[in-house]
Amino acid sequence: MSGYDFLLAGVGGQGTLLASDVLATTGVRAGFDVKKSEVHGMAQRGGSVTSHVRWGERVFSPLIGRGEVGYMVAFERLEAVRFAGLLRPGAVIIVNDHAIPPISVTAGNDRYPSDEEVRAALAAISTNVHFLPAVSIAERLGEVRANNVVLLGALSHFVEVPLDCWLAAIAEHVPARTLETNRSAFLAGRRANL
Amino acid sequence: MKVLLAGNEAIARGAWEAGVRVACGYPGTPSTEILEALAQYDGVIAEWAPNEKVALDVAVGAAYAGARAMAVMKHVGLNVAADSFFAASMTGVEGGLVIVSADDPGMHSSQNEQDNRRYCKFARVPCLEPSDSQEAKDLVGIALALSEEFDTPVLLRTTTRIAHSSTLVELGERQPPVAVPDYRIDASKYVMVPANARRRHPVIEERITRLAEWAESFPYNRVEWRDRSLGIVTNGVAYQYAREVFPQASILRLGMTYPLPKDLVRRFANGVQRLLVLEELDPFLEEETRLLGLPVLGKEVFPICGELDPSTVRECAIRAGLLPESERPPAVEIPSPPLPPRPPILCAGCPHRAVFHVLRKLRLLVAGDIGCYTLAYLPPQAAVHTCGCMGASIGVAHGIAQAGSPQRRVAVIGDSTFLHTGLPALMNLAYNQAQAPVIILDNCTTAMTGHQDHPGTGRTLRGEERARIDLSAVARSLGVQHVECVDSYDLAAVERAVRAALSAEGPAVVIARRECALLPAVRRTWQPLSVDAGRCNGCGLCLQLGCPALVRSDSIDEATGRPRVRIDSLLCTGCEVCSQVCARGAISRRDRHH
Repeated sequence: MSGYDFLLAGVGGQGTLLASDVLATTGVRAGFDVKKSEVHGMAQRGGSVTSHVRWGERVFSPLIGRGEVGYMVAFERLEAVRFAGLLRPGAVIIVNDHAIPPISVTAGNDRYPSDEEVRAALAAISTNVHFLPAVSIAERLGEVRANNVVLLGALSHFVEVPLDCWLAAIAEHVPARTLETNRSAFLAGRRANL
Repeated sequence: MKVLLAGNEAIARGAWEAGVRVACGYPGTPSTEILEALAQYDGVIAEWAPNEKVALDVAVGAAYAGARAMAVMKHVGLNVAADSFFAASMTGVEGGLVIVSADDPGMHSSQNEQDNRRYCKFARVPCLEPSDSQEAKDLVGIALALSEEFDTPVLLRTTTRIAHSSTLVELGERQPPVAVPDYRIDASKYVMVPANARRRHPVIEERITRLAEWAESFPYNRVEWRDRSLGIVTNGVAYQYAREVFPQASILRLGMTYPLPKDLVRRFANGVQRLLVLEELDPFLEEETRLLGLPVLGKEVFPICGELDPSTVRECAIRAGLLPESERPPAVEIPSPPLPPRPPILCAGCPHRAVFHVLRKLRLLVAGDIGCYTLAYLPPQAAVHTCGCMGASIGVAHGIAQAGSPQRRVAVIGDSTFLHTGLPALMNLAYNQAQAPVIILDNCTTAMTGHQDHPGTGRTLRGEERARIDLSAVARSLGVQHVECVDSYDLAAVERAVRAALSAEGPAVVIARRECALLPAVRRTWQPLSVDAGRCNGCGLCLQLGCPALVRSDSIDEATGRPRVRIDSLLCTGCEVCSQVCARGAISRRDRHH
């Protein structure tokens, strides 16, 4: 049973914690040993946040080592580049094609990297890079906050576990009233043209 | 079936299974979720206390009465509770008492990275350390049994990576709490006057000696023999890094890190060619090992500062020659422009933002405190100038005033922090008539740790309604005559109140009140604003607020050549602080645009 090392990277408030809960539960349902690690508290206040999720026959460290991340889901373009150094060459990279300018950029003190710069940085580590307009996909489904689940759907395309495991994990973690929207969001991401 | 639990959830489960009757604490990352999770179980009294010392005293009282009890806090919380911790060590307990200390290596959300194993040695209290959630759950019950057997409080130490990592846990059944007996009066044991304390001191010294003997056969102090050329003594999450980075090495994993099982450590050391200690933060196990006269490598290989992770452990080991260079992962050069940092900031709609805008405008020296509002030390507010620990703001501003400092100064403190340790400081400031107005930033919750209730919110941990503490009345009763309450979102009113407080005769308190914008009830009322492009000329005055919902747009004002501002409707709460700053009346609710 080969393992999976996932890194989720985003901005506090984007729903990375929920996405990592779903991802971890999917692994449990698929029969893996699973560890998930994230940071709460001050870091959540609009700062960079990451979550490590590991599936394997037996997982020791809850943190993935530098150069060992096999799958990254970036909820924001700049954050994809910020954590690219943790990836294994050839890693699967799913990027939400969405920019949240940091406060130093809106204040005019810093520059947000251009689309070309983002793509060039990620291309240096992998050719398996997929940009996804998850925000507009989720908006079309009537719930923009489900863009995190759209990204998981895209990820699921590269992970060999049954669809049922994903859907059951989603049902376990999203509020009942948004379940249908989240299922649709997941399937839209899974079907996305990558 | 096994379930995935975070370390904190597992500790709550362990407390419930072990029949804990009373549990209390004060919120603090990374410990907060323990009591929140425990409050979901029936049959346990789970309470927020206003501070960690009070929490520990309550837990100690429950244990004196014969119940199993738990007190929960972050590492620096134990500083606040230290007096009670030492006292409980001296008296011992009737029912089991476990104190959970959640340390924060790497300071993800803390002001220091003190290693609370030191407290255990200092106070002669045994220290248990889990390496994953299963152990976190199991060690709660073990700690309580140990506490009862040895008549001692027990410290269960976690770290951020244990507290906030989820791993698989086998659940057990609840052991029903023992019936609490008639209170057993024993003044010679529980009244620590000098005559009794002198008799107790040898008792606790003898107790720790017996605990060290017990630790020799404690199953969580475990030797894993593999290749004997390298032996690693390790604890907590570092054990997981040791398994990952040194899969061939022999390991002595200590689940009890104080007192040390001396013979076990000696036997392990004698069985390996080279002895290494892998531990986060202080060289605690290393020093204890050295005291046995054993040659050992530790902090000359691994850092004292910061959090460990597998990459750091591997790199340090390669540099020390413990692993071959071939273990280093290939470095990939990533072509990237300098990336703008993304530090945590005050949220869109944060009521603190408006208050700090005023404090900055008035060029005040601001003694700050612990909470979300500490983030206002950063530009563009840059209006917090000191912040050391909980409740310090008022005393520090008091001292700055008494030193004769010429700057106009204020203290700022949040509602929860004010009730934590601000009360005696404000009483002192009023009593000694120090000229430093105190601004209580009342957002009606403990926001930083994720919205916990406190006596000022009028709700308990379980959501029961209680009489709400009136902060104005408290300030008056502590001796402050000048007390004014304003809406934090009303810039003009905040400025008037702060100016009035600065010119008041004697001590003054301004309560700037507005609920945290992220509270669920407030979220439901969000009504994003928008910018009238016909009026905005891109002057950027509003951007000085540093609100993440305000961003430069692609639309250029032709007259000035500057990009206009737009509002991110995903983030904007509609607080209207920016509309008060805008000189051109360009920002309002969409339905109000002309």
